[in-house]
Amino acid sequence: MRMFSYSLRTAREILRDPLNLGFGLGFPLVLLFLLSAIQANIPVSLFELDMLTPGLTVFGLAFMTLFSAALIAKDRSSSLLQRLYTTPLRPSDYILGYMLPVLPISAAQCLLCYLAAACLGLKLTINVLWALLLLIPAEIFFIALGLLCGSVLTDKQVGGICGALLTNLTAWLSGVWFDLDLVGGTFKAIAYALPFVHAVEMERAVLAGNYSNIWTHLLWVLGYGIVALVAAVLLFLRQMRRQ
Amino acid sequence: MTAIEIKKLSKRYRDITAVDRLSLEIGAGELFSLLGVNGAGKTTTIKMLSCLTRPDSGDALLKGKSILRDSDGVKSIIAVSPQETAVAPLLSVRENLALMAGIHGMNKAETAAKIGELSEKLGLESVLSRKAGKLSGGWQRRLSIAMALISDPEILFLDEPTLGLDVLARSELWDLIRSLKGRMTIVLTTHYMEEAEALSDRTGIMKNGRLIALGTPAEIKAQAGTERFEEAFVKLVKEAEW
Repeated sequence: MRMFSYSLRTAREILRDPLNLGFGLGFPLVLLFLLSAIQANIPVSLFELDMLTPGLTVFGLAFMTLFSAALIAKDRSSSLLQRLYTTPLRPSDYILGYMLPVLPISAAQCLLCYLAAACLGLKLTINVLWALLLLIPAEIFFIALGLLCGSVLTDKQVGGICGALLTNLTAWLSGVWFDLDLVGGTFKAIAYALPFVHAVEMERAVLAGNYSNIWTHLLWVLGYGIVALVAAVLLFLRQMRRQ
Repeated sequence: MTAIEIKKLSKRYRDITAVDRLSLEIGAGELFSLLGVNGAGKTTTIKMLSCLTRPDSGDALLKGKSILRDSDGVKSIIAVSPQETAVAPLLSVRENLALMAGIHGMNKAETAAKIGELSEKLGLESVLSRKAGKLSGGWQRRLSIAMALISDPEILFLDEPTLGLDVLARSELWDLIRSLKGRMTIVLTTHYMEEAEALSDRTGIMKNGRLIALGTPAEIKAQAGTERFEEAFVKLVKEAEW
């Protein structure tokens, strides 16, 4: 009950911020329509719907990190959290209360992306459903990253680090906008040591029905998800003690 | 009957002693004002009593519950209205109150009844559907106090409740605080001497973490030998040895 009350509040705060709706839901859709239009005029295989849509869903998840980190950092800078720390809420109520409501919001964002792609011509098969389900580990990774950043950064720092840096890193290092083989070398090695490109390639494989190719990518994403989750919980508890 | 029993409570932050062996008893139903200049240790004391900060030594019993050994028990009987406005800005007034009710484990019917009761008592009916972040400072403070009252606390901490408010809003909040007197124990910190004098049953003056004077506003004035409470405060603080 307590956690549910807190979750409801988190969901309302995120969904009522017009910037969140504009960037989180609107921006990936605008990119989808724009890049599809480019692809229609100048064919680029990377921007074909079955390649582009998985990438945009993963890219869109970076905004979930921004939303949750911004909310937590804002709560920390105001007296609201301090007030709530004097109530019977337990640490698990805060952590789940911040994270759980972002999961359905992330899932809805990904679903919207696929539905928009379907309007543009993507075939809706059972693979789309699996693609949405297999996005859950990536969603957990990005949401945990939000809890982590919100626990250690100020609300101004969240804007720069999650709003600018993370979204750009997700874009460049995921192979959505350009083929990583074109750059190669250290850049490619770094990209493959991070979870973004693995999440995108897993999604592309699932959408193409190549399930045998997903496991390595899934392990990378799951591994990063678990590490981010553990680090986020520890850092959130640390800031709770400091408050 | 004693509601709060503070026993040699101390807190240090590196080289600074924020609260130094503070001992004090506050009676049930009393409105007690904790006064002092900036850095006197008022807010640290409130933070320790509300289990936000752990003391380095000493203890305090709130209705018999120790802040060291039974912080859950303490949290179940207290409420805090912090110095800054502590409301969820994108939630309506009703939703802010419902959030606090849910956090205290109330069901839907109890929540609705409590919101109705509090909004009537605090005059919040006209703004129930408005976003908290869009309210004026006075209304936000009123909401902040309403959020603290939702759990029917036995002990209420009000940290600078009228800081930054205009005269009218402050007067309205004074009326509200007066209406709570006797129904719960209230610990108030304030920089406004006229506020402390008008509202308090007793006041305690702190300087450098220590209690330097304790008594009713009349007793404090008598102790300092002054006509006005503010003069008494200034004189006692200046004359205190530490």
